[in-house]
Amino acid sequence: MSADRTSPGDHPGPPPQTEPPGRPAYGFPRRGWALLAEHPPPGARRIGERWRSPLRGPWLTAVYGLALLVGLPLVFLTGLLDYLAYSPQFGQALPHDVGWLRLPPFDWPTGPSWLFRVTQGLHVALGITLIPIVLGKLWSVIPKLFDWPPARSVAQLLERLSLVLLVGGILFEIATGLLNIQYAYLFGFDFYTAHYFGAWVFVAALVTHVALKLRRMLTALRSRPVLAELAVPRDATRPEPPDPDGLVAARPGPATVTRRGALALVGGLSLLLAGLTVGQNFDGRWRSTALLLPRGRQPGEGPTGFPVNRTAAAAGVRAADNGAGWRLALRADGRQASLDRAALLAMPQHTARLPIACVEGWSTLQTWTGVRLRDLAALVGAGQPGSAHVRSLEKAGQFAQATLQANQVLDPDSLLALRVNGVDLTPDHGYPARVIVPALPGVHCTKWVAEIEFRRQPDA
Amino acid sequence: MRDVAVRFRAAYGAPGRHLLLLVGCFAVAGWVALRLAGEATAGRMLLWFVGAAIAHDFVLFPIYGSADRALRAAVGERRARPASGPSLLNHLRVPALAAALLFLVYLPGILRQGRETYLAATGQDQQPFLARWLLVSAALFLASGVLYAYRRWRARNA
Repeated sequence: MSADRTSPGDHPGPPPQTEPPGRPAYGFPRRGWALLAEHPPPGARRIGERWRSPLRGPWLTAVYGLALLVGLPLVFLTGLLDYLAYSPQFGQALPHDVGWLRLPPFDWPTGPSWLFRVTQGLHVALGITLIPIVLGKLWSVIPKLFDWPPARSVAQLLERLSLVLLVGGILFEIATGLLNIQYAYLFGFDFYTAHYFGAWVFVAALVTHVALKLRRMLTALRSRPVLAELAVPRDATRPEPPDPDGLVAARPGPATVTRRGALALVGGLSLLLAGLTVGQNFDGRWRSTALLLPRGRQPGEGPTGFPVNRTAAAAGVRAADNGAGWRLALRADGRQASLDRAALLAMPQHTARLPIACVEGWSTLQTWTGVRLRDLAALVGAGQPGSAHVRSLEKAGQFAQATLQANQVLDPDSLLALRVNGVDLTPDHGYPARVIVPALPGVHCTKWVAEIEFRRQPDA
Repeated sequence: MRDVAVRFRAAYGAPGRHLLLLVGCFAVAGWVALRLAGEATAGRMLLWFVGAAIAHDFVLFPIYGSADRALRAAVGERRARPASGPSLLNHLRVPALAAALLFLVYLPGILRQGRETYLAATGQDQQPFLARWLLVSAALFLASGVLYAYRRWRARNA
């Protein structure tokens, strides 16, 4: 290795000073901030000298920041889409009442049928994939947490407080999301409320942070051309020049990893997590690649051996409810009909290959057979319903009922399914009958259906 | 007018738009806080929100930072930054970090948290996850070890 292959942005000049140039000036009251600076708590200075990594600096922080700037908005937007997929216009998106954070009303489409599968799968998988980048970015800026003085002006103080919202926000969203998809509600509050409002707090802090730091990020990225930086070997890896933010260590040690290594490590960890997550969206052998997630396991063999999100036992649906005595009640404008399973099987049957996609980011594609919802509507003289309210045999539970939009009732592939993959539904899959609608979140594809009421109005 | 802006900037420490942005940010957070204040579990939410940042900064970071220092001391400076050939330190760091990350992300399954909700949702138990995590971790260390041996062999025979 030739010694001249140093990093492009390196200065051969004087060694780093303990107080880098360009630190922001004290604001009002000057004397107060200066006094604070002169009286560090015991140990504060020693911590400042303990940072050793020569990799920390604006460039590395900017690269991680850029990756998050691309990824996090996608996670946020797919999260909002998932909220919309629950049809908030019927008051059935969770949390119910979000005040000013209400999203514009809009009918969630029924096509393409994989829409929710992709938006929610992306939300969860990308959210997990970004975790190492978030941790890497926090590692790169952590010396600032122990900086003394903590602020030199009111502006800096406020900005640092907003960082509590930024860091607390992203970690809160990650923690609640991870616990939710693994069914461990250790936090003891409502997941939907916390995750929805937490996201808005985080995004407000993120927008602020990006607005304040974007220019600095771009400058830092330009300071070292990426390709040239990635070619620098370990021996020639030097710290960046001292920066006004104090990210660069005052007394850096020699490099044990190149910048390429640091990026490859974080990227590799992201790929590892992605590789262990995406499998929960596929069937067959690929599902088992989600080794450590609940939905990496195939719950059984044969045509009904695909995952469920609530068992009949957990829903309290007993054999007495869904046995021979079961009747489907149809209602519209005071007209009623009652059908047993034989009567439903005697109606025209339609088969559709549709996914069940869950808010926990897993999905499965199956072949469903049953009666079209629009045929059931026509049976009680509701040819053009505004909406349909579906009730389950399930007595309690957040998803014992669901309202369907007009387009979701009328789609030719929207079914009251009686069979799946050529066999009768099993109790866990919703026997005697369940709703299946293209692109509808799994929990709104009501199982163990007891009653469907077709309504003239789109809102109840 | 210009003078006012300059004086504001000197006293506040940044231009006016900085304050505007932060006021906006705190307005959203404050509005959410007020809205959730009536919830019975509001205190827990706040605890988890602030606790997440504290847990990362004052627990997780010191743990992995100290673990790295200890590992570096155990490996020795010469094998951490060899003059030529692969770094033993990095071939231990990477699988250790990966195993720790997997533990953190998939912790509920590995430590069997939320058994009842898990059973209600899936009809299954969480029995296999601990063994799977151990196996994946072992495989990562093994792969890293094999790669280290190969790189050393190649560096010697270069």
